[in-house]
Amino acid sequence: MLHIIEAKILNGQRLTREDALFLTGCNDLLFLGRLAREVKRRKTGSFVYFNVNRHLNLTNICVSNCRFCAFGRDRDKNGAYVMSVEEALRTARTAVPEGITELHIVSALHPDLPFEYYCEVIARLHAAYPEVHLQAFTAVEIDYFAKISGKSIRDVLNILIKAGLGSLPGGGAEIFSSRVRKETCPNKASGERWLEVMQTAHELGLKTNATMLYGHLETWEERIDHLLRLRELQDRTGGFQSFIPLPFHPENTALSHLKRTTAAEDLKVLTIARLLLDNFDHVKAFWIMLGLPLAQLTLEFGADDLDGTVVEEKITHAAGAKTSEGITKDELLSLIREMGCIPVERDTLYNVLKVYEEGNKHEA
Amino acid sequence: MPRLTKDHALELLCSEDIYSLAQQACKGRDKLHPGNHITFVIDRNINYTNVCQVQCKFCAFYRDENNSDAYVLSVEEILSKVEEAVEMGATQVMLQGGLHPKLGLDYYTAVFQAIKQYYPVVIHSLSPPEIKHIAAQENISIKETVMELKKAGLDSLPGGGAEVLVDRVRQLISPQKISSQEWLDIMETAHNMGLKSTATMMIGSQETLLERLEHLEKIRALQDRTGGFRAFIPWTFQPHNTVLGGKKASSASYLRFLAVSRLFLDNFRTVQGSWVTQGPGMGQISIYFGADDLGSLMLEENVVKAAGVSYNMARDKMIRIIKETGKIPALRDTSYNILKVYR
Repeated sequence: MLHIIEAKILNGQRLTREDALFLTGCNDLLFLGRLAREVKRRKTGSFVYFNVNRHLNLTNICVSNCRFCAFGRDRDKNGAYVMSVEEALRTARTAVPEGITELHIVSALHPDLPFEYYCEVIARLHAAYPEVHLQAFTAVEIDYFAKISGKSIRDVLNILIKAGLGSLPGGGAEIFSSRVRKETCPNKASGERWLEVMQTAHELGLKTNATMLYGHLETWEERIDHLLRLRELQDRTGGFQSFIPLPFHPENTALSHLKRTTAAEDLKVLTIARLLLDNFDHVKAFWIMLGLPLAQLTLEFGADDLDGTVVEEKITHAAGAKTSEGITKDELLSLIREMGCIPVERDTLYNVLKVYEEGNKHEA
Repeated sequence: MPRLTKDHALELLCSEDIYSLAQQACKGRDKLHPGNHITFVIDRNINYTNVCQVQCKFCAFYRDENNSDAYVLSVEEILSKVEEAVEMGATQVMLQGGLHPKLGLDYYTAVFQAIKQYYPVVIHSLSPPEIKHIAAQENISIKETVMELKKAGLDSLPGGGAEVLVDRVRQLISPQKISSQEWLDIMETAHNMGLKSTATMMIGSQETLLERLEHLEKIRALQDRTGGFRAFIPWTFQPHNTVLGGKKASSASYLRFLAVSRLFLDNFRTVQGSWVTQGPGMGQISIYFGADDLGSLMLEENVVKAAGVSYNMARDKMIRIIKETGKIPALRDTSYNILKVYR
């Protein structure tokens, strides 16, 4: 069976659900990794992408109360905050001179901020920094905006696009399985709704990412099902730019009794995703969640993107991530080069801004 | 398979495809360990003093004798640490400390005799720089020193203090420490007197890749003569809080070196992955690069911690990370006898 799967990959044939389920039982990470790297090389050669961005989390006050989250909280809890539009602008003002090309804006489902607040944030940021791409609001937030404004998803997206929204991040997907969502995040958009928002966004010309939060209550079958639903939508729209697997960090969450997935499991999820998602150009290793050593290793296991220099990330760190909150561009370049890859600075839409050709290989 | 030369090993280290390298290393490991076990031991590091007169530039642990943090553990303090360790399932204690100008043979023999009198643990203690220090304090030979320590209860030597067995590098990072030849001679003497040991190596400070291989060549040659090394344990220099400072070697380069070590050291049965310096995640991944042992659960560790790196590992977690690689976790003793298999 492994040989058949290997032959399929080498011939560029699509894997079936059964193939994927079979691979979940395979402990030979070197086999999976080598195949995933083969797919990666076909898609992006020896390029490894990164961008220079800054995360902006407008508020952490959230009505959703997802059990896997350590970031969201009630408004009367310690550390609850909302940024005013001015504060958001101020953050941007400090970040833009550092050479960012993207503001990455993900927040919470605030109980009474009106939709107009979010529109104003986008419009003002866009007016002040028209050259900075605004990747903002997960499908879950878009769904929530529709709910609080009484508008359709299409109208919400159109209004935000007019204000200056550039693309959607891939968060909020978690695991599509309704069984798991009922257990972990019953108050937010369903898997079907998440996919519907993404489909609408793609139809309106917005590119988006896709994520999967794994390592909590889901089974391997549910992970594979999640990936297949993404693949199916991508077949129809082609609007997903990258897939980002996210290991669950249990610390400080309502699921803190669970154990963090191991490095081998993280690599297995990554490789199987790379093998299954044949219509995704990019698979991103979010180093903030994986840690730099493992993120570096993922470049041999099918990842072609390390996200950004990421200054001031709050959501994963609230859940006890031990990674630093940012790294410099030089650090990023050297860890990509050490793996024999060519670092490529990109913008949000994967336009190449700079190829860093020179550099060494395999030296400690 | 013919023995690897340094040139060939250098080629593997620099340009072999990572999967080919990892697969060769695993194949080499599996041939030596057909039972599919990945082993670990339960021990406690007892650092009896942090006062050290050699003050290596890569070390964050040592203190001057008159520093306010300076300490020496008494026999009673050591015994209570050993007791705690034994209660938690330790089969081995590793006493290691600085080269204290006032500690002589009688301190060590008193400690070892007391431990042996009360507890059924293996004393895996004192690396070659400490042996040399004791011999110099007493003005007796290495052989006599080892004999006295053995009589008092010393069972086995850890391979510390090797760092990089190339004097050019030692001059840069630990100019006051024993030379590479002295380290090898002390190990040879101990092996010839029936004490087995491990061999370690610290990569990522000032050495070149070729010097890393020189280190491997020296311990391989000694192993050919004595067969006294039970394991090879490479780890990475932890620059934080040290005089040397600088950048940490990446996990990727550590894994490549681990795999090459496995292939080069054809006369070593065990090559250990270092979760203590790499973290449990990369410790687990080292299994895919030829490691057959993950060292100790380490109920206490102070030296790496002084350099700002602190990971912990409970027995459950150790068993889980090994199982997830498809291997069989097994608890071992100091001599690498399997005590318990976790299916």
